[in-house]
Amino acid sequence: MKVLVTAKRVIDPYVKVRVKSDGTGVETANIKMTINPFCEIAVEQAVRMKEAGIVTEIVVVSIGPIQCQETIRTAMAMGADRGILVEMAEEAQPLAVAKILKAIIEKEQPRLVIMGKQAIDDDSNQCGQMVAALLGWPQATHISNVTINGDTADITREIDGGLEKLTVNLPAVVTADLRLNEPRYVTLPNIMKAKKKPLENIKPDALGVDVKPRLKTLKVAEPASRSAGVKVADAKELVAKLKNEARVI
Amino acid sequence: MSSYVAPLKDMLFVINELAGLDEVSKLPGCEEVNAELIEAVLGEAAKFAQEVLEPLNRVGDKEGAKLANHVVTSPSGFKAAYQQFRDAGWNGLGGLTQYGGQGLPHLVSNPVQEMWNSSNMAFCLCPMLTSGVMEALAHHASAEQLQRYMPKLNSGEWSGTMNLTEPQAGSDLAAIRARAVPAGDHYKISGTKIFITWGEHDMADNIVHLVLARLPDAPEGVKGISLFVVPKFLPNADGSLGTRNDVKCVSIEHKLGIHASPTCVMQYGDAGGAVGYLVGEAHRGLEYMFTMMNHARLAVGLEGVAVAERAYQHALDYARTRVQGREVGQRGGDRVTIIHHPDVRRMLMQMKSQIEAMRALAYLAAATLDKAKHHPDATEKRRNQALIDLLIPVVKAWCTEQCVEIASTGVQIHGGMGFVEETGAAQYLRDARITTIYEGTTGIQANDLAGRKVGYEKGATALAVIAEMRKTVSALTGGELSAIGNSLCGAIDALEEATHWIVDTFQKNPNAVFAVAVPYLKLFGTVGGGWMMARAAAVAQKKRGEPGADTVFFDTKLATARFYCEHILPLAAACKQTVVSGAGSVLALEESQF
Repeated sequence: MKVLVTAKRVIDPYVKVRVKSDGTGVETANIKMTINPFCEIAVEQAVRMKEAGIVTEIVVVSIGPIQCQETIRTAMAMGADRGILVEMAEEAQPLAVAKILKAIIEKEQPRLVIMGKQAIDDDSNQCGQMVAALLGWPQATHISNVTINGDTADITREIDGGLEKLTVNLPAVVTADLRLNEPRYVTLPNIMKAKKKPLENIKPDALGVDVKPRLKTLKVAEPASRSAGVKVADAKELVAKLKNEARVI
Repeated sequence: MSSYVAPLKDMLFVINELAGLDEVSKLPGCEEVNAELIEAVLGEAAKFAQEVLEPLNRVGDKEGAKLANHVVTSPSGFKAAYQQFRDAGWNGLGGLTQYGGQGLPHLVSNPVQEMWNSSNMAFCLCPMLTSGVMEALAHHASAEQLQRYMPKLNSGEWSGTMNLTEPQAGSDLAAIRARAVPAGDHYKISGTKIFITWGEHDMADNIVHLVLARLPDAPEGVKGISLFVVPKFLPNADGSLGTRNDVKCVSIEHKLGIHASPTCVMQYGDAGGAVGYLVGEAHRGLEYMFTMMNHARLAVGLEGVAVAERAYQHALDYARTRVQGREVGQRGGDRVTIIHHPDVRRMLMQMKSQIEAMRALAYLAAATLDKAKHHPDATEKRRNQALIDLLIPVVKAWCTEQCVEIASTGVQIHGGMGFVEETGAAQYLRDARITTIYEGTTGIQANDLAGRKVGYEKGATALAVIAEMRKTVSALTGGELSAIGNSLCGAIDALEEATHWIVDTFQKNPNAVFAVAVPYLKLFGTVGGGWMMARAAAVAQKKRGEPGADTVFFDTKLATARFYCEHILPLAAACKQTVVSGAGSVLALEESQF
């Protein structure tokens, strides 16, 4: 079974994110970038399924500037077999990403697509759902477990009330939540091997996909800094404050 | 409590711009090495250092290694971390490819080692010794021995140790007494070895001891010492572990620092003799040890860079969070973090600028070592060998001496809390303290530099390096660079004058040279560091104007270079003065007058 995984290049979670002075976005130049942690979990899941003999080939796709090659190499060092970079300089918005992925998926014909549930930069949580909808495939988002049974996959999803178990027909799109697995440390020999794995570079035009941005960012600003707290004398006062000042109860 | 973040940007800057990656990647066997690969390797190593090794650093310091019934137990978590280290293949970073290593050059493996050492120096000593054993075997072992030991050492399944020191034979190895008696295809080894780092432990399946000992017919002194490989468990032909050898750990030292690293007293031959196998030819053991000395001494110099970096990050974190006093000249308003106070700034700059200089000099040595090993052109190879022979004592002693000072400044920034163990600042100072001692003390390094490396060869290589430094100065023109150039020029003059004094004095009065060898080494390191800072400034000045340049980063480089010129380089003149006129007073007293 072939699996397709996606890997977005995002600002390293250890880096303190700064808003650009003109308010058009966040500073990404000369900042350490890394694979989106949820994408990393998606790659790890595919690799584990390959090690278990369920998966035969893992294709990793990244969309963005040329530096996304590094993100793909990371995924290949983890165990993905080959990479596809869809190179585009402009902002890749969720719908454009979903359309690009649809085109690639139709060409590659994987039985399963594993994506991160969201990227830690814009936290959109949209691409997986859109890809499934565009393809007309079943989707299972925020999964914490997946077991393949022939033509179906048994899924555990993390939902507000607890865990939801369901079965989806394959092919399907699933998106990984935090507890699906704990990604491995990449080994040195695999970093060396990853350099030799095939990496294809294509442009959105070649896929015949319209990637024109449809959303306009008006302004990006830092969240307001937290104001000082107050001490309350007793529970009664706390309840009153929550009710009248904070208006949360 | 701060956590370690590998200074990848600084490291890559030095690798790419100062140490000469372009030249190293042209060497035979290094063709695969490029900026992209280095970034990938360093990035993953940083993650491992930050997430796996660093969290164990305090644990290791507090618990320490424990000995009971000749068995050493490593601190909690170390065994599992070593298993992860092994599984990730880090042990074979620089190892020979035909035995499962990755064969990466020093310019890649040394920066990675810096990260291991920053995050957990005591842990790192175990793989460091293993790589030393591999280096020695690679040069001198038989094909059969290589086949037997190298794959397991590369994988980290087995670790390695160096057994040189005995109670009466420290810096003077001629006094070694351990015996080796021929017994068929092997030798029976007996004697006591001390200061054996990771000599016994529970992390690897087997431990391969390299032991210096004397054969019954050996001549006295250094020419009568042979090298033996003595495994803890004798390996069977299929690689599985056989009989437990007659070697045991009888005690471990209580030390100032590196508590997690067991420093063992090893007893060989209590039950009739440990089985050992001769490496190479008889009586050539010490010479063999010397072939890997540059490698080992560079590794210790890097420990200096690494622990200094960690101490700096720790102090910086404290300076940014500790609120105390108000801004100078402000009587009211909010209290501020101590990083607002000028003297704290001075201390942080002192740490930061020196670390940058130390790292650049150490990586330059790494690249030089690669070229000395692999350069296809014989002249270039020789030139680089001479250069590395000169640089090694400087990098080893200067980086470690500065490290002790920097770690001490780190404690100072913490104020009273630095003297309290719970802030963690003291551990870096305690750990740093060994680095100026082992692998040849600072005194030994300085004697090596002033005597063997400068005196004997009449300063040829040193003066060639000085000429290189002057080339850098002549390219430093315009604004801030001119000022940096002027400071550096004065410091180079001092180094040149002192070098001529060493050369002139060495023949007629070697005692005088050795009396001021340490100030000479300090002078060399200070000026060498200044040279690197000036080169960094020149690159930064050029690159900061390029489109999309990281101006903050390059401006920082220019500022630290200026600080180095104004606060560190003036030491050069003082050191020079001591060198050319201070030998007399060193030797002025009769022994009885002390």
